[in-house]
Amino acid sequence: MVREVAESCVDTMLMEMVAMYSGRFYANKPELAARRIEAIGYQVGHQLSERYTMERPRFSDHLEAIKFICKDFWSEVFKKQIDNLKTNHRGTFVLQDNKFRWLSRVSIDPSSSEKETEDPSTPGESKAAQAVSMYLYFPCGIIRGVLSNLGIPCAVSADISSLPTCSFVIRVKA
Amino acid sequence: MAPVTPRSGDAIFSSIDRVNAELFTLTYGAIVRQLLTDLEEVEEVNNLLDQMGYNIGIRLIDEFLAKSGVSICVDFKETVEMIAKVGFKMFLGVTASVTSWDADGTCCSIILEDNPLAEFVELPDTCQGLYYCNVLSGVIRGALEMVSMKTEVTWTRDVLRGDDAYELQVKLLKQVAEEYLYKDDE
Repeated sequence: MVREVAESCVDTMLMEMVAMYSGRFYANKPELAARRIEAIGYQVGHQLSERYTMERPRFSDHLEAIKFICKDFWSEVFKKQIDNLKTNHRGTFVLQDNKFRWLSRVSIDPSSSEKETEDPSTPGESKAAQAVSMYLYFPCGIIRGVLSNLGIPCAVSADISSLPTCSFVIRVKA
Repeated sequence: MAPVTPRSGDAIFSSIDRVNAELFTLTYGAIVRQLLTDLEEVEEVNNLLDQMGYNIGIRLIDEFLAKSGVSICVDFKETVEMIAKVGFKMFLGVTASVTSWDADGTCCSIILEDNPLAEFVELPDTCQGLYYCNVLSGVIRGALEMVSMKTEVTWTRDVLRGDDAYELQVKLLKQVAEEYLYKDDE
């Protein structure tokens, strides 16, 4: 039987991790905090992929590996599959999760973001949205960790246009 | 309304949302690893893990009270028993036992035989001063503080340091009386 723990253990741990790096260590340097959080995710993805691919044959191409992330990997970690996969067949893949678990309880107060956008220091992006994006460096790191362990170097970014839908954009390095 | 009866840790654990423990274990491991690279002193890492745990504990106690349906514990002894029997089961899926009470009931040990946090973990020689599971002691301290008990929680045995079990000593420092902001007649 697969061992389990309460979901709130993981949720609170991620919240604390993000708070620690973006608040305590690098309050004025979000890009450094982001890099650390991504590195933690990378490590987790790297190790998880070892465990989840143990008994499978080698993936024949990039698409096979991406499909593994969409189906098996996502089910193991988030108990659902990716809802939509798009690709331009030239190394870019977009994975859309319509109810991304780690954002399902996040909300951005629309009134506060309007006020924030007037602030010249953060043009076009509210502080709240910035805070949310901090949480996304972790899953981006996980995806990059899995793929690089499968021999596919890539860059991963996330896009949240309407919560809790989240799209992960994977660009495979040629 | 019928009084809410306390539920067993097993019953709560089977009814709440759960995730794969590997994700939890590896994520914690990756955080500790990153902290060790970012900070120079192992002691600083211990402190930060404890602080993280404290912040987590003050949140988890709410969930614990909401979902367990426990009523007021009469004393420190009952409270610690509740954490060990119901709390650990409900969040980590493991049971802990409470032993070594002192005569006045203010100090005891929580013993964990099975610890999902430390699965797959081996400490290298460079990290000998590290209390790897320090987040747990912080969680207990934070949770108890929210129910008016100031405690000191320290590791007395740690499998990762060569002992045969995980043992946390919980010492009650002060029981803070609840203060109400408003009087009834105001």
